[in-house]
Amino acid sequence: MAKIVAGVFTSHVPAIGAALDNGKTAEPYWQRVFGGYEKSKEWIEKVKPDVCIVVFNDHATAFSVDIVPTFALGCAEEFIPADEGWGPRPVPVVKGHPELAAHIAQSVILDEFDLTVVNKMEVDHGLTVPLSLMFGQPAEWPCKIIPLAVNVVLFPPPTGNRCYNLGKAIRRAVESYPEDLRVAIFGTGGMSHQISGPRAGLINSEFDKAFLDALATDPKKAVGIKHVEYMREAGAEGIEMVMWLVARGALDEEVNEVYRFYTVPASNTAVGHLILENKVA
Amino acid sequence: MEKPEKEYADIPGTTIFDADQSRKGYGVNMFCMSLLKADNRAAFKANEAEYLKAFNLTPDQTEAVLKRQWNRMLELGGNIYFTSKLGATDGLSFQQVAAMMTGATQQEYADMMLAGGRSVEGNRRKSEWEHKNG
Repeated sequence: MAKIVAGVFTSHVPAIGAALDNGKTAEPYWQRVFGGYEKSKEWIEKVKPDVCIVVFNDHATAFSVDIVPTFALGCAEEFIPADEGWGPRPVPVVKGHPELAAHIAQSVILDEFDLTVVNKMEVDHGLTVPLSLMFGQPAEWPCKIIPLAVNVVLFPPPTGNRCYNLGKAIRRAVESYPEDLRVAIFGTGGMSHQISGPRAGLINSEFDKAFLDALATDPKKAVGIKHVEYMREAGAEGIEMVMWLVARGALDEEVNEVYRFYTVPASNTAVGHLILENKVA
Repeated sequence: MEKPEKEYADIPGTTIFDADQSRKGYGVNMFCMSLLKADNRAAFKANEAEYLKAFNLTPDQTEAVLKRQWNRMLELGGNIYFTSKLGATDGLSFQQVAAMMTGATQQEYADMMLAGGRSVEGNRRKSEWEHKNG
């Protein structure tokens, strides 16, 4: 039987990818960011997940304004890193797990979560930056990846509560898959940031830290945060944090906090990172 | 019946990209989307006004794009993840475009971020900005 072993939560700031790709990781500014992921890389090398489900958002790359799926599950064999306007990131092609992905799609749809199945999708920094932070710069990514794209571009995104419950449905799906697989689930995006309009540059560390605390010890508190509160308190684009709740929903209510990291800024954004594991029964 | 005020309408300096904005800005966003292809970036750079004709923009939208009025593009229905592709075509990073939208120089903006970013205090409601300016 497949099982979810851990949740990884991290910002997915594009400038982090650019810094890595352009060899700037040793600069003090970027060392402050990348240094915060050294322990995480050691941790995931030990945990060795077979599959990572990565909850992320597409930033007008695979989806324009022609089609805006609220939840879209990547069921393809592979996903090509996209050219977002600066040329594609020099990272390995992302290999999917079509059998498990199809099983999850079927299971959650029958569980009344009507997500969209995607059989062809280029993936942008929202997906590849978290992989780089956790796995560094390997020639191939060390595990299979199932992308789950959540709309946070066109208001309204799904509610925190809906995301949390989808996470629970994903867990039921994974645990009904017959093959023994170790699955980690990533919630990405955030933390506080606004990159649009005259209020750009907004950061709210107090909000972010309270969110990290809630995620670790009292997820229901985070689930109750309304969209307008994210946007007012954590910036228009801070609403990406709802995606963390999908991953949180796939874990036990009580978890062990393995690791936490927070720094400001990476480019325009507060960087938050958390690793949670289910308690061993 | 009049539409009720949107609950996010009083966040200052912020245009939320909702269905109304999306409808208004379809052409702007699809133009920006086209810039994901290197050939299109080259064609746009070769003759910007001519290239824009295919996207049915309003005269205001065309002017905002040609003059790189980043905030106005958002007000006219553009979304930042789309308009940033125009920034990329100009060789600008997200942070450079963000700085322009705040009216700061890139250095001032980068310094503000290094110092912890723009505080939420005094930046939650439009009334706080009116107070500041009045």
